[in-house]
Amino acid sequence: MSSTADTVEREKNLQGIGCSRKRKEDPRFIQGKGNYVDDIKMPGMLFADMVRSPHAHARIKSINKEKALALPGVHAVITAEDLKPLNLHWMPTLAGDVQAVLADEKVVFQQQEVALVVADDRYIAADATELVEVEYEELPPIVDPHKAMDPDAPIIREDLVGKMEGAHSKRLHDNHIFTWEVGQKDETDRVFETAEVTVKQEMTYQRVHPSPLETCGCVASFDKIKGTLTVYITSQAPHVVRTVVSQLSGIPESKVRIISPDIGGGFGNKVGVYPGYVATIVASIVLGRPVKWVEDRIEHLSTTAFARDYHMTGELAADKDGRIKALRVNVLADHGAFDACADPSKFPAGLFHICTGSYDIPTAYARVDGVYTNKAPGGVAYRCSFRVTEAVYLIERMVDVLAQKLNIDKAEIRFRNFIKPEQFPYTSAFGWEYDSGNYHAALKKVLEAVDYEGLRKEQAEKRARGELMGIGIVTFTEIVGAGPSKTCDILGIGMFDSCEIRVHPTGSALARMGTITQGQGHQTTYAQIIASELGIPSEDIQIEEGDTDTAPYGLGTYGSRTTPVGGAATAKAARKIRAKARKIAAHLLEVSEDDLEWDVDRFRVKGSPDQAKTMKEIAWAAYNNVPEGMEPGLEAVEYYDPPNFTYPFGAYVCVVDIDKYTGVTKIRRFYALDDCGTRINPMIIDGQIHGGLTEGFAVAMGQELIYDEGGNILGNSFMDYFLPTAVETPHWETDYTVTPSPHHPLGAKGVAESPHVGSIPTFTAAVVDAFAHLGVTHMNMPHNAFNVWKKIHELGLDKRS
Amino acid sequence: MIPGAFEYHAPTTLAEAVSLLKEYGDEGKVLAGGHSLLPMMKLRFAEPSHLIDLNGIDELRGIREENGVIHIGAMTTENELIASQLLWDKCPLIPEAAKLIADPQVRNKGTIGGDIAHGDPGNDHPAIMMATDASFVLHGPDGERVVPANGFFLGTYFTLLEPEEILKEIQVPVFPRNTGYAYSKLKRKTGDFATAAAAVVLQLDGDICTKINITLTNVGPTALKAEEAEQLLTGKVITEDLINQAAEKAMAICDPAEDLRGDVEYKTHMAGEMTRRAIRQSLDRARGN
Amino acid sequence: MAKQHISFTLNGQKVETLVEPRELLIHVLREQLGQTGSHIGCDTSHCGACTVDLNGKSVKACTILAVQANDGEVLTVEGLAKDGELHPVQEGFMQEHGLQCGFCTPGMLLRAYRFLQENPNPTEEEIRWGMSGNLCRCTGYQNIIKAVQYAAKKMQSA
Repeated sequence: MSSTADTVEREKNLQGIGCSRKRKEDPRFIQGKGNYVDDIKMPGMLFADMVRSPHAHARIKSINKEKALALPGVHAVITAEDLKPLNLHWMPTLAGDVQAVLADEKVVFQQQEVALVVADDRYIAADATELVEVEYEELPPIVDPHKAMDPDAPIIREDLVGKMEGAHSKRLHDNHIFTWEVGQKDETDRVFETAEVTVKQEMTYQRVHPSPLETCGCVASFDKIKGTLTVYITSQAPHVVRTVVSQLSGIPESKVRIISPDIGGGFGNKVGVYPGYVATIVASIVLGRPVKWVEDRIEHLSTTAFARDYHMTGELAADKDGRIKALRVNVLADHGAFDACADPSKFPAGLFHICTGSYDIPTAYARVDGVYTNKAPGGVAYRCSFRVTEAVYLIERMVDVLAQKLNIDKAEIRFRNFIKPEQFPYTSAFGWEYDSGNYHAALKKVLEAVDYEGLRKEQAEKRARGELMGIGIVTFTEIVGAGPSKTCDILGIGMFDSCEIRVHPTGSALARMGTITQGQGHQTTYAQIIASELGIPSEDIQIEEGDTDTAPYGLGTYGSRTTPVGGAATAKAARKIRAKARKIAAHLLEVSEDDLEWDVDRFRVKGSPDQAKTMKEIAWAAYNNVPEGMEPGLEAVEYYDPPNFTYPFGAYVCVVDIDKYTGVTKIRRFYALDDCGTRINPMIIDGQIHGGLTEGFAVAMGQELIYDEGGNILGNSFMDYFLPTAVETPHWETDYTVTPSPHHPLGAKGVAESPHVGSIPTFTAAVVDAFAHLGVTHMNMPHNAFNVWKKIHELGLDKRS
Repeated sequence: MIPGAFEYHAPTTLAEAVSLLKEYGDEGKVLAGGHSLLPMMKLRFAEPSHLIDLNGIDELRGIREENGVIHIGAMTTENELIASQLLWDKCPLIPEAAKLIADPQVRNKGTIGGDIAHGDPGNDHPAIMMATDASFVLHGPDGERVVPANGFFLGTYFTLLEPEEILKEIQVPVFPRNTGYAYSKLKRKTGDFATAAAAVVLQLDGDICTKINITLTNVGPTALKAEEAEQLLTGKVITEDLINQAAEKAMAICDPAEDLRGDVEYKTHMAGEMTRRAIRQSLDRARGN
Repeated sequence: MAKQHISFTLNGQKVETLVEPRELLIHVLREQLGQTGSHIGCDTSHCGACTVDLNGKSVKACTILAVQANDGEVLTVEGLAKDGELHPVQEGFMQEHGLQCGFCTPGMLLRAYRFLQENPNPTEEEIRWGMSGNLCRCTGYQNIIKAVQYAAKKMQSA
């Protein structure tokens, strides 16, 4: 007889969904046995290093390789001229543009790839880069995106002259990439004309860089005899890389093997295909030897994908009670010298049109214009889902601006405008169908936890004393899990994801997915899903990802899509196996399938629970005793095309104290409540939230890729680029509610990006709130001491009597 | 990032080191902690052909007191300064400032002598040395000379040190009774150079300030001594109003370079603010608070 | 440039090799001696991913010449566990979820290992200060601090 205690015990042994299981990845990492790209060593391997442009904009007059080639140990110096016969000097970007693999006649941003040197070791390669002589003729650069479309602006992309039909729209200027409009323009304008109240705010979301601790690199190995190419690469999307490499090189996809080994963090930076990868692959093909290329930190910060650089103007129309009637947004997007955003193909501004946020806004319109400048290409989702960070920043800032204008409390105005629980599924003015949410409950819980009223009282007292204290509130909604293939594709491939599970005769299992972990703990959490679905202990389930020769095709891990898409594929693959297992169990127990019920790790006969077959017994039977007509074996593959995105949400509060004589902001308290639906591993979720909050803190308080007027990149090492240490990082308080997704097989939503997306506007809100009583409505990031002090000084708050 | 090729020398005596310096002239560079030099070499901003590593020279290490003067070997690391009870007892400004330099690992390599001899206005020890009335023992082919810290720093990366000389030792007078001291350093994050910093050492006789040194980090081509501010406060009972006036005088001598830490105006104001804070804390300490 | 012979103790074993004077300790450890646990994250001695223990002190191996380790004693993450038994700092990082992508972890572990000998019973603030030469992009440090506390407790009771 199976007792409740027995059930609980068996459930516990599975370590399934909801369990804070310790990570399977950890034993190798804590013993130095991780296997990252730079750890790969192959017989006969050569090293590559890149010659880069010192100029932001210049014509290449000549390249002289002789001295470099004369250096003992140098095998090749590859330039665009060498790639031309192979037609590999340019490559497609994920955004419908092309990008020079090695500079073709012109350089268009500082540190651009000009020549690849291949040598016996990295020391000789570095020496040789110094010996490649490149003669440049400097051209005037464009650094300010606002000047990119000036009539007399120098043309950055000469390859596109005359091509005014862009990938996404007509181009309005040689330096224009696209115009993208969404929503109801006329209706929105009409609402604004008649609104009781309108507010408008300009804001710049600065250029930042995801900067994972491991830089980008690859080891390419072309086997001339077999005609096969193997590439170990720092990629968040190895299968897509395989397709791109095959298309570019002409090597059949079946002979290209891409392996993402252990990845030292990605955060959106490792989605695209970089020139260094392509040039290294070419070097290996040409030389017939394995070639390794790993960039250094300066190269990484200067050339690989940046994020943001959105120059936004937001407007809200509302009634005098603060109920929002319409949202209007205009964005100028600086994409750098090539449009190398990594968004679903149809969305040149990603999912920016989630910018109505958590609020029931009847009418909205947004326009985004992308322009070229002489800066590094990029525009990727840095720990966010395709421009959602920008969208959330905009709406959360605008709601605060409106609250200040109407003198309504910043929490209260949110309660007045929230989409109500009974409105879900809710269709936004931009057409998104929000799956589930309970925003009121989340904010209420947070306000009570931090004693919001008490904080406001304290703030009033401090203001009276001339002290600067700010309280930031953000109630964000994310859109993650790209995505339904009817709207989302990358290079024409639908954004499904996949899982293949094999249950072995003795009851253990192997599962492979199209995603790839970069620290999220997939090897731990996927096993938990399968454990709960199949009753096989997590410990007996092996998870493999990242090798395109073995894993099923998938679109990879970014945009918090692993749990919403890969997790769903895993649950559904497991359910296929369970359906087959049920048939086998019925056969073994000689009952009808309908007479069986699932009980943790077994099928038992309804009303007669002692009659049961465990998954282990069923697995064995699957290989020797299946019902007549059934194939032996116990395997399944699922390619899951999600019916919708998932919409995680959260409510965050941040309290800051600002030193008015230095501008230093101290984060006194940060309280983060996240709702990601069903929680698969609470320990890992908490870890992801800590990390996301810390990256958000870094962006809001210090990160910025700055260029001077000459297009020289400043602050491109960790001396200047702000990565907080344990000393600077605040203590985080986390909390949660659970509102499952109705369409996800497990009810789960993505989580890892919410804390980044949600925290950034919270920091801004808190800093601005410290000055709100003085009429300040917005301050641009980063809120470093220097920038905050400038505001203090402008307001004369640092004057001594 | 890979340094260019060089020949490596590891002398075990100062005499040997100096003769190597003499032999290689401009081609040679001495290596102390290496956390300024090696990154410069990895960026190929510096490409010496001969690197003379001072780490094996025992006579450049150690902290001892002799006749009211503390002698610190130039190759003493930041963490050795922090670990020195003698310094905490007799000249606590030095270990306190050392704690604000770089990070734990870098402090295991970075040396007080390297920090001084490099002549970087962003380094912290120059201002500390000037504030503590330290002197430097410079060892050259023709023997040794002792020069005061105040006057040693001539410009950015430019000091009194001759090409064939090596900074051997730092000599710091023991703090008298009733000394107050502080180093107020504003920085963006761990490991950063100061946006601005101020070192103060003062002595009180009752409520009267009988002597005060005020020096500034990273707001000019060298560490700066705010002499007018010092004169203003010397011989007076220091009030909040006087502190503000002194801060204004300190700001008046600032000539910072604009960088990502801030513009000239901000850095100048921060030099003033750090001066205020350092004076206030020094006063508190001198009064035994 | 002529290569120099160096020898040192690496994780308890005597090793010897030929190096150019300019070769950085991190490259020699990783490429010549096959100890790839220590990583390179920034090249400028800011991130601490290359942290190893040299002669009883934490140092950043990206800014040390291999020749400087001659006759010395080097400990890397590969040498932390003894006789198949994890060191308490390793156990702590695993128990408290002190790592995610794992790239900073070897440096963190080596720093924590040395820090707890410098300060066996640290406060949270002391841990933050003592670990401030190591950057982590994934964890936000909160669980790293717990991991160090776990190890401190375990080492105290041992």
